[in-house]
Amino acid sequence: MWMIGPLGFTAPLILLGLAVLPILWLILRAVPPAPIRRRFPGVALLLGLSDDENQADRTPWWLLLLRMLAAAAVIVGFAGPVLNPQVRDGGSGPLMVLIDGTWADAGDWTARSDKLATLIDDAGRSGRPVAVVQLTDLSSGPPEFLSADRWASRLAGLSPRPWQPDPAAVAAWADGLGDQSFDTVWLSDGMARDGRTDLLAALQSHGAVRIVESPAPVLGLKPADYADGLIRLTAIRRDTGPEQAVEIASIGLDPVGSERMLASATADFAAGAREASVELSLPAELRNRIRRFEIPSRHSAAAVSLTDDSLKRREVALVAGRDEREGLSLLSPLHFLRQALEPTADLIEGEPADLIAANPDVVILADVARLAPAESAALEAWVDEGGLLVRFAGPRLAASDVSRAEEDPLMPVRLREGGRNLGGAMSWGEPKTLRPFAEGSPFFGLEIPGDVTVSSQVMAQPDPELAARSIAALSDGTPLVTRKRIGAGQVVLFHVTANAEWSTLPLSGLFVQMLERLAVSTRPAAPDAKDLAGTTWSADQVLDGFGRLQDAGTLPGVPGEQIAARDFGAAMPPGLYGSDERQIALNVLDAEAQLVAMRWPAGVAVEGIETAAETPLTGHALAFGLLLLLVDLLASLWLSGRLRGMRSAAAAVLLAGVVLAPPPAGAEPLPPNDPLAIAATSEVVLAHVVTGDSREDQIAAAGMRGLSQALTDRTSVEPGAPIGVDLETDELAFYPFLYWPVTLDQPIPSDEAYSRLNAYLRSGGMILFDTRDADLGVSGASTPEGRKLQQLAAPLDIPPLEQLPPDHVLTRTFYLLQDFPGRYASHDIWVEAAPPDAEQVEGMPFRNLNDGVTPVVIGGNDWAAAWAVDDRGNPMFPVGRGFGGDRQRELAMRFGVNLIMHVLTGNYKSDQVHVPALLDRLGQ
Amino acid sequence: MSQAGPHLRTRAEGLAAALPPLLAQAEHLAATVLLGAHGRRRAGMGDEFWQYRPATHGDEAREIDWRRSARSDAHFVRQKEWQAAQSVVIWVDGSQSMEFTGDRERPAKSDRARLLALALSVLLIRAGERVGLSNLGTAARAGQLQLVRLADALTGELSDADYGIPETPGLPAHARALFVSDFLGPMAGVEAALAKASDRGVRGVLLQILDPVEESFPFEGRTIFESMGGSLRHETLKAGDLRGRYLERLAERKDRLDHLSRVSGWLYDCHHTDLTAQSALLWLYAALERTR
Repeated sequence: MWMIGPLGFTAPLILLGLAVLPILWLILRAVPPAPIRRRFPGVALLLGLSDDENQADRTPWWLLLLRMLAAAAVIVGFAGPVLNPQVRDGGSGPLMVLIDGTWADAGDWTARSDKLATLIDDAGRSGRPVAVVQLTDLSSGPPEFLSADRWASRLAGLSPRPWQPDPAAVAAWADGLGDQSFDTVWLSDGMARDGRTDLLAALQSHGAVRIVESPAPVLGLKPADYADGLIRLTAIRRDTGPEQAVEIASIGLDPVGSERMLASATADFAAGAREASVELSLPAELRNRIRRFEIPSRHSAAAVSLTDDSLKRREVALVAGRDEREGLSLLSPLHFLRQALEPTADLIEGEPADLIAANPDVVILADVARLAPAESAALEAWVDEGGLLVRFAGPRLAASDVSRAEEDPLMPVRLREGGRNLGGAMSWGEPKTLRPFAEGSPFFGLEIPGDVTVSSQVMAQPDPELAARSIAALSDGTPLVTRKRIGAGQVVLFHVTANAEWSTLPLSGLFVQMLERLAVSTRPAAPDAKDLAGTTWSADQVLDGFGRLQDAGTLPGVPGEQIAARDFGAAMPPGLYGSDERQIALNVLDAEAQLVAMRWPAGVAVEGIETAAETPLTGHALAFGLLLLLVDLLASLWLSGRLRGMRSAAAAVLLAGVVLAPPPAGAEPLPPNDPLAIAATSEVVLAHVVTGDSREDQIAAAGMRGLSQALTDRTSVEPGAPIGVDLETDELAFYPFLYWPVTLDQPIPSDEAYSRLNAYLRSGGMILFDTRDADLGVSGASTPEGRKLQQLAAPLDIPPLEQLPPDHVLTRTFYLLQDFPGRYASHDIWVEAAPPDAEQVEGMPFRNLNDGVTPVVIGGNDWAAAWAVDDRGNPMFPVGRGFGGDRQRELAMRFGVNLIMHVLTGNYKSDQVHVPALLDRLGQ
Repeated sequence: MSQAGPHLRTRAEGLAAALPPLLAQAEHLAATVLLGAHGRRRAGMGDEFWQYRPATHGDEAREIDWRRSARSDAHFVRQKEWQAAQSVVIWVDGSQSMEFTGDRERPAKSDRARLLALALSVLLIRAGERVGLSNLGTAARAGQLQLVRLADALTGELSDADYGIPETPGLPAHARALFVSDFLGPMAGVEAALAKASDRGVRGVLLQILDPVEESFPFEGRTIFESMGGSLRHETLKAGDLRGRYLERLAERKDRLDHLSRVSGWLYDCHHTDLTAQSALLWLYAALERTR
């Protein structure tokens, strides 16, 4: 390799070819461009003309220069230029490459792996055996020194771990190195840690040590802190430096169930500060969705902070039996529950049916005995889907016969009649204390204060399952708290009241802890060692070194003590751990964490990690040469006059275009079809559904035209030209009225079309279905069109229907009508049913029906054909016979007018204000 | 079947293939020119009514127009306009230089020249004139059959000569002549032909047909120009430099032609093949009308 500055050549001898360039210059200079032969009749006029100057018989100097440059580029290209060639350093003997492999490495892991690969490559070139050791993933025994190529294949398997090296294990490993002699390169993550100087000294005793450190900043995120409705996020950094803004993203599941960024905040480090905080105010709904916070720009386990129950506020619904004694708040069954839950949960109170609709996490029934069947069914379904129902006993429950003979689905056990009193004036025994919680109970490990006594309780019937369902008991063994699982949820019964009437339990701190264990309330702060003692946790999801959440797989359970000690390792990586109903997030950094940079002892060389990568320039040089030749091609063509109107020139330009073509730009999206929308909305427009049968569509359009004309003639409604609507593509919201002729071969609309139709019906649109078969479908016989209508209308959101009653508002919106003929005169017309409680007041001609517009009118009288007029305004189809036919057409037209009036004015004519006038007109 | 059979048939088919398009094209072009009367503006032999004049002595009884005479007391003779046919001789340059076209999309100069010649012939023959081709060597004749003969002669091969010289072997005295060429060759032949024609009292039209490329000379770089037949060649190293001088010479040539035609009572025009043939035909028709 021969070097000029940062440029090296793999085959420098080829550069001697540059010496030929001057000769090439002379040769090229002497050769003028080849002439073009042209047939040209005007040559007779040219004879005798001589050239003014003889310059063009030599190639112009700039073209020569271009060609020289191209030739030089090709020569240089073949000489194999390399930018920043690696200079191999010397050294011999085994080489150990030590990497920390912690989460702090993860931010620039690719740079580290590149460096590692370079180191191993170098060692391989000089034939040195190599050992790669990751301090967070120490294998037992001394390091194995292998040839470099065997390590090269293993490098892909190395990844940073989300924990730190265990100092004791590292010290033990250093002791086990024996008296081998090797050089060491230590790829350090730059974090201060116990035992690092000791390890350095141990390594130095085996040979030379080089330390390589990355200057990349290390950032971390402390666990989120929730107080007073604000989430406080704290980012920390290792190196103090200038001001820095760090974006922190809150990530969780959106309502659809896909993970996305829900909110983001920016923490600003002041210059020289190691810590920056930002407060985030989110609505409870959004806050409960957050699964983790992370610094998106850092891919490191420390830059991720998982959230657990501590951030969530559960929604708890409180239901109490009817309270006769107002104002005695201390005796209220809910008082102690409110006090216990207020700080950590969102409480809602009300009727059970309303509360279920709010979908709370927990429902607490305090001394509620009987529930309405609908309520109990709703509660059951809710529990089955994962709800937690907590019930408290009380005088009312004890007096009722709920769960007496057979088990109530919403009670965990059967109850004996009456219950029992202990330690009162009329009883023998003393108030009972609690028995320590058994292992397997969710309350296991809670300390029972001595002053918790129970004086009254409801008693469970002995059952085979009673022992399994009992999760807390009195000292004599009678169950105090029982639990039953239903589907994904559970029902828990406290056999005492929720107030202090029957026991002192609600007065003690144990009550709060028990609710917390049941996940009724959430714990206000991280659990301490005492809380965790005796529990076992299993990993649900774990973090890898890059801060990605991964399935925990089959990691063994972890005792609570280890959780409390935050003793991360392969057995307990950071992540989400669950126990029973509770979940705890173990983050890499805790609230007190600090990131401190390592200070190496003086005299140890610390190198930066960045090495300029080798860049072979052969391709660039050759491409440059090719480009110059292309330019030369164009220039030569231009010089020799061949560039004008010549195919070769076009081809050359095309070639240059292909070589240098930029990617084509994307097409602009077409603007939406606005003129139709403007036409449909600037006037009232009657619309009909395009069925695909051109004849029927024509009739429908003509019918709408005829009806529009009649409306214009007779009323103040002056519709515009009717529009045919394609259900699949067109917007329906513009049309107040849609005529839908049912044809046998019309396609069933798509699901999207149906959802738009339903939205149309719900927002006040009306569809007139016309099966056009009233002459066939008499007396309820089902016709093919009728069956097609059933198919078409099945997915539509249509309310209950009834035959048009004689007092329907359609009978009097404009004309007073009782018959609604079209081309056929059937009376079977169906509209939305009147509410069942509508009653006719004495002396009134019609019922008091002040509801909205019926969303559908269904009939088969082929109205469009009766309404249809041709371009000259003449009726298109015969209706009936003779004068009777004319009358029928007139009535059909009147029905159309009434219908559109009904669509546009709603129940206006149903208003009682019109009664006198209508009575007058009706002659009553 | 005789030996000549297939050969004759091939030729006949080739002729039939070429003739109708050219003739049809020419007819089509001619149809755009509205035919005016070609009367002599005096009484004589002809088809068109000229005037009624009172019968005088010497008029034969059969010359009396009885229908007119019956309306008055005098006798009238119906006179017709004198319509005399004129001989028009057309020379179309058939040399190699006419084969040139500067663009694939444009017709060659010879195509345009032949089309114009035939279209004019169609017009003239419709007007009852006698038309002849000097290349054909036969006398000018009238009638549709002559048109077929003209078309046949005009679809023939070009000569090998580089530049054409107007031939006037059978030019009748006081006839009309039309010379169609690019007039880029030696001028001596043109001058001689014009002198000869003027001697015979023939007047006519010189139509120069040029390709736009010949007018603009859009060449650059080192070029060897060759005449279409290859007999002349000129090499230049910078064709662009010659443009000005070439255009000067071309203008000079046009001036010369204009001058020549003016002194001999002819008319001169230059037509470019990128323009429509119709404009040239209109001008030609009007020009022949004037010289007639």
